[in-house]
Amino acid sequence: MISYVARRVLWIIPVLFAVSIITFTLMHSVPGGPWDREKKLPAAVQSRLNAQYGLDQPLYAQYINWASAFVTGDLGPSYRYTDRRVNDIVADGLPTTVHLGVMAFLLAILVGIPLGILAALGHNKWPDYLSTSVSIIGISTPSFVLGILLIVFFSVQLGWFPTGQWRGPEYWVLPTVALAGFPIAVIARYTRASMLEVTRKDYVRTAHSKGIKNESVVSRHMIRNALIPVVTILGPTLAFLVTGSFIIERIFNIPGVGQFYINSIYTRDYSLLMAMTMLYAFAVAFLNVVVDVLYAYIDPRIRYS
Amino acid sequence: MATRSTALPARAARPRKSAGLWSDAFGRLRKNRLALVGLGLVTLLLFTGLFGPLLAPWSYSFQDLKSVAAGGGGPLPPLAYGHLLGTDQLGRDLFSRLLDGARISVSVAFVVQLVILTIGVPIGALAGWFGGRLDNALMRFTDIIYAFPDLLFIILLTVVFRETFFGRAMDGLLIVFVAIGLTSWVTVARLVRGQLLALKETEFVEAARAIGVTDRKIVTKHLLPNGIGPIIVAVTLGIPGAILAESTLAYIGIGVQPPRASWGSLIAEGQKYVRAEPHLVLFPAIAIAVALISFTFLGDGLRDALDPKLKGKQ
Repeated sequence: MISYVARRVLWIIPVLFAVSIITFTLMHSVPGGPWDREKKLPAAVQSRLNAQYGLDQPLYAQYINWASAFVTGDLGPSYRYTDRRVNDIVADGLPTTVHLGVMAFLLAILVGIPLGILAALGHNKWPDYLSTSVSIIGISTPSFVLGILLIVFFSVQLGWFPTGQWRGPEYWVLPTVALAGFPIAVIARYTRASMLEVTRKDYVRTAHSKGIKNESVVSRHMIRNALIPVVTILGPTLAFLVTGSFIIERIFNIPGVGQFYINSIYTRDYSLLMAMTMLYAFAVAFLNVVVDVLYAYIDPRIRYS
Repeated sequence: MATRSTALPARAARPRKSAGLWSDAFGRLRKNRLALVGLGLVTLLLFTGLFGPLLAPWSYSFQDLKSVAAGGGGPLPPLAYGHLLGTDQLGRDLFSRLLDGARISVSVAFVVQLVILTIGVPIGALAGWFGGRLDNALMRFTDIIYAFPDLLFIILLTVVFRETFFGRAMDGLLIVFVAIGLTSWVTVARLVRGQLLALKETEFVEAARAIGVTDRKIVTKHLLPNGIGPIIVAVTLGIPGAILAESTLAYIGIGVQPPRASWGSLIAEGQKYVRAEPHLVLFPAIAIAVALISFTFLGDGLRDALDPKLKGKQ
């Protein structure tokens, strides 16, 4: 188990290395640079800036410069926000992004799993239809559409929740729901299928025939076994929450890190773009490892070699 | 005994078993109501995608400025001045633009899956068939691609190349197809590999090898046809993801270039007028929802039909 965890954690390093190489190459493979402004800077100024930031060096040297700084935790200066370090930009926005992601994740689990369980217990009755309808709506509504609709109804029409900032719980509700909508649907669908599968198992029939109360069969035999496979979709769910959050941040004007991603590509803010990509790649890779290890931990039948 | 052994080869020569599998699967699909709804909607979507320009009362880029001026300057509501679903602020017919969006979504649905198959099947087949070091290397490679934050990579590719010839080809759609395809072939590659690994050990493959059939032929004639069910399912269930990715890109202003109308860009434009004219957002949103749900239903139905053991699982 320990060697499995170690191997999986160490595997993140080559992944991040590959991500950085690919992003770096892509970023530099097209014309344009961080000094392209509406008013063109004089060539002399541009070359002075390039020399100052090391952009006049060959690409491999630039990569080595970047990588050796990155390893020590230095993300470099921002080319666009020239008075700021990328470390500061990330440090400013990251807590908000993580906060949004964690709340959406909790909401997705706390609503999705009970919804799936209720659907399976009331199979082909109204709880099932209700839950299935919620899943269908959730799966077929992109998060940006859900975000717009929530703003229109609950913020503009009803005036219940303010949007556009991140100052207190009333600002948190709508973005969290918008981000969690799709994961809720996926988790509910998966939980329902898994519960229905478990219902047909021999040990459930045995438990019933031993005369165990229905509630304890459900809670001790069915739910505990049915939730094991649900853990496997938590990986993709977390990946969705990480990459999906910046669309939500954009719609709700939330001051997280997501807003910088697209801008940094447009403005060729190389260091900021590298930092953002590495951050998201690390989050996705790391959360996947956590989920896989969790899966091995809670299901003793799984053996990893 | 003697009669049986002479009769068998004659019967085995006809491809009865595979025909049985497919008609069997079709029979199961026909009994699945949701799958049929999905199939019907997919057909409708295909039809509008293919023949949309013929059905459209206007061109997607035609600006009916006269009616807009007569209507007070803003977007027109449904049914105004002969516009079934109204117009946007430039007098462009929403219905005609939705049809163009259908065309884009249908092309995304199919071209992206084509890209995925072109990358995923060879990689999975090579890994599964040759095994050993090649398998290891290819699977590590897929692991890396899998760990990529895909939406970000799609955005990066699309934005980085937007000013180049490649980025402008096909109204900016080509780069979108390639970018989505490049990030989503991993599932298919893993599936093909898994299928090959399982089928490689079967007796009919052993028999084919014993009589000297070439590797290439065994893969193309025996393994792929037998393992194709799950691949079809994965491809169908991959389509909603591709449509969603394209409309998300279009929503944030990346990808297809104006005046082409992706459902995502229609929503982005309509969002500015959503208080007075919510239909500008609602109709494209419904179109996306119908497209996503129809392929999901069809994919679920195909999965249940092609592999009854997997019923109900994702």
